[in-house]
Amino acid sequence: MSEQLTTVDGRPLKAALASAERTKRIRAVLLVMPLFIFIFFSFLYPIALMLYRSVENPLIAQHMPETVAVLENWDGKDIPGEEAFAALAKDLVAARETREIGKVATRLNFETPGLRSVITGSARSAGKWEPPYKEKFLDRRKEWGELATWATIKRLSPTITSVNYLAAVDRQFNVDGEVVMVGEDYRIYVDLFMRTMWMSVVVTVSCLILGFPIAYMLASLPLRHSNLLMILVLLPFWTSLLVRTTSWIVLLQTQGVLNDLMVWVGIIDNAQRIQLIFNAQGTVIAMTQILLPFMVLPLYSVMKTIPPSYLRAAESLGAHRFLAFWRIYVPNTLPGVGAGCLLVFILAIGYYITPALVGGQDGQMISNMIAFHMQKSLNWGLAAALGGILLVGVIMLYWLYNKLVGIDRLKLG
Amino acid sequence: MIARKRAAHRVTGMAQGGMTENNDPLVRFESVQKSYDGETLVVKDLNLDVARGEFLTMLGPSGSGKTTCLMMLAGFEPATHGEIYLDNSPINNVPPHKRGIGMVFQNYALFPHMSVAENLAFPLEVRKTPKSEIEQRVTKALDMVQLGSFGNRRPAQLSGGQQQRVAVARALVFDPVLVLMDEPLGALDKQLREQMQYEIKHIHENLGVTVVYVTHDQSEALTMSNRVAVFNDGVIQQLAPPDELYERPQNAFVAQFIGENNTLVGDIKEADGDNVTVDVNGSIIKALNVNTGGVGSKTTLSIRPERVAVNPSNEGDYQNVFKATVEELIYLGDHIRTRASVCGDDEFVVKIANASALAAIKEGTEVTFGWKAEDCRALDA
Ligand SMILES: Nc1ncnc2c1ncn2[C@@H]1O[C@H](COP(=O)(O)OP(=O)(O)OP(=O)(O)O)[C@@H](O)[C@H]1O
Ligand SMILES: [Mg+2]
Repeated sequence: MSEQLTTVDGRPLKAALASAERTKRIRAVLLVMPLFIFIFFSFLYPIALMLYRSVENPLIAQHMPETVAVLENWDGKDIPGEEAFAALAKDLVAARETREIGKVATRLNFETPGLRSVITGSARSAGKWEPPYKEKFLDRRKEWGELATWATIKRLSPTITSVNYLAAVDRQFNVDGEVVMVGEDYRIYVDLFMRTMWMSVVVTVSCLILGFPIAYMLASLPLRHSNLLMILVLLPFWTSLLVRTTSWIVLLQTQGVLNDLMVWVGIIDNAQRIQLIFNAQGTVIAMTQILLPFMVLPLYSVMKTIPPSYLRAAESLGAHRFLAFWRIYVPNTLPGVGAGCLLVFILAIGYYITPALVGGQDGQMISNMIAFHMQKSLNWGLAAALGGILLVGVIMLYWLYNKLVGIDRLKLG
Repeated sequence: MIARKRAAHRVTGMAQGGMTENNDPLVRFESVQKSYDGETLVVKDLNLDVARGEFLTMLGPSGSGKTTCLMMLAGFEPATHGEIYLDNSPINNVPPHKRGIGMVFQNYALFPHMSVAENLAFPLEVRKTPKSEIEQRVTKALDMVQLGSFGNRRPAQLSGGQQQRVAVARALVFDPVLVLMDEPLGALDKQLREQMQYEIKHIHENLGVTVVYVTHDQSEALTMSNRVAVFNDGVIQQLAPPDELYERPQNAFVAQFIGENNTLVGDIKEADGDNVTVDVNGSIIKALNVNTGGVGSKTTLSIRPERVAVNPSNEGDYQNVFKATVEELIYLGDHIRTRASVCGDDEFVVKIANASALAAIKEGTEVTFGWKAEDCRALDA
């Protein structure tokens, strides 16, 4: 047993095997490397960057170093003393000279609306002031006499912050540093997340209800016919997303084809044309159509592997056709149902273009808000935090699927 | 032609009946025809009675319509024409789940998402059998196929032979009067197949259930069945017990399909009662008249290899004695398969026992073959 196995020429067998396998391994690594590099730079790195941006907060620490240093020892109970005001004056003047004052003001303004003008105004004046500064600041803007202003600056001092995530769930720190809900009028994100979830669920369920019979047909028809049907299912993939969304507008708008038809048939009165698009309803309809193939394909690939003899066996054992279908066929399609629902739900939850085009007011989803913060308000930190929450949600779904069905049973085609 | 054959089947069918008090056949196919595409008949005018308690096998080459017949009986394919009776009542319009026929599929068709016990319980559950009784019957059925401790396993965790047994148990657990099996052993290796043949046969004998069995393995058909229906081209060529099928084939197809067979083709010169004289490439052969068109018509003579005597010492016992040249010898252990040319046919095969003095013959040797007229059957051309 202890005797070491060797090759014919006396080399230890393990070493011989390792060197024989080495070239193979190197080749495998080299083959995978390009894909890995591509995925790293196009997927993993940007996501990591985004997640970092959602918590990073360098601006205040960088451009108000003196103030940050003084506030470190501030207890937050009283308005800070002259020392802090002197530091503030120095920082504001310096920031104004380097033209960074605008960014600082914007950052503070995200946190406490109204601070922008306080900062820029004070910075303009501070250049002309001589010490002592406290009186002059308090004269210039009464906000300097409020604890909230100083608390905001102190809260934004650390270079890593959770404020973006709090803001993304309609929370903020109050003066005492406790997490509280933002004011009634500012609560939008939680509702938006809920609505996004709800609409995604509706889209997923609609896709399942529409997709299941199609997939069943595809799987049970003879190949000749099923090929044709498959082309019809895939047809949407060959048409531009924009074109399809626009054609939904043509179909569903108040003066559109569907309404015209219903008026013509007499189902509704000309005066009561139904608003079918530019709202949540229209978004759900258009998204269901666009995402349907992602439901049909995994379902089809699973159903294709279920032998027709299962149903026949169940029938021969005494089960009515419907019972056989429900007890035998449907349970065997579950991996496909799971994969299809997961795929559609994940795509739906981050969907952007369709809600943007046909969503109107109440059809907007979370990704539209992310885009807004990326492009309009330029609050990238908040956009990144919203995206981060979305990402965590998706990962949790995968985890759940893995628990319930097993990720190795995921069939996508 | 077909009409005559049908009459023949009826007679044999009835002769075999009477295994139980009730002499009515359990299953009756009456002029059943089947076409899938409206152009070709896959089953052509099938008439067949299956007696109660019988083990009947449908045997035939691929595509001869065996599965189609079974599917029509199970209710998964409608008969294009004709009527099928089960227990004297027509079942053409009875859906499969109401026929109460057990079925074993070639790929077993065990439900993968259910345990073995759940698979067996399924037919009882849909019949709303009480829970306690289900448990009892499932246990009994599992014991019957010697899988008592496997109830909690999934089908995927069983070997092919075990899955096969579960499939058989499931088809029997609800006490059907009739069980259909479509090549149930096709996926098993030879040894396991033979063991399962024995077990299925055993179960059949113990339960007294009627079995209609499909296979294209002739030895399987011969060892298991009470009667075998030989299918070809959508027609039953012969329906008979195994020994009769082998000893007294009714036509050239059956003679050729069952067991090893020598065929000689010739013209009938004379007919005298049960005997005919046939001219095969100039040789005159005396044969038994089984299924011919009379004097002047062509005929196929069928002679089993083991009925041919080589260099017989008492040539007088054989009506047919001919010189033959040994063409090829194949050593098969217990016997030597000898191919020779005789009467202008060089595919003539005889078996020479390894122990006999003849075992020493060489290729190219001239020998004498002798066979009796009664062992030489004159069949259709
Ligand atoms: N669903 C179907 N549609 C069309 N033709 C069919 C269908 N099923 C069988 N056939 C045809 O009917 C004929 C008989 O088929 P069947 O399956 O009954 O043969 P079989 O005797 O069971 O053969 P095997 O031993 O190969 O199973 C074949 O020519 C086959 O091509
Ligand atoms: Mg078949």
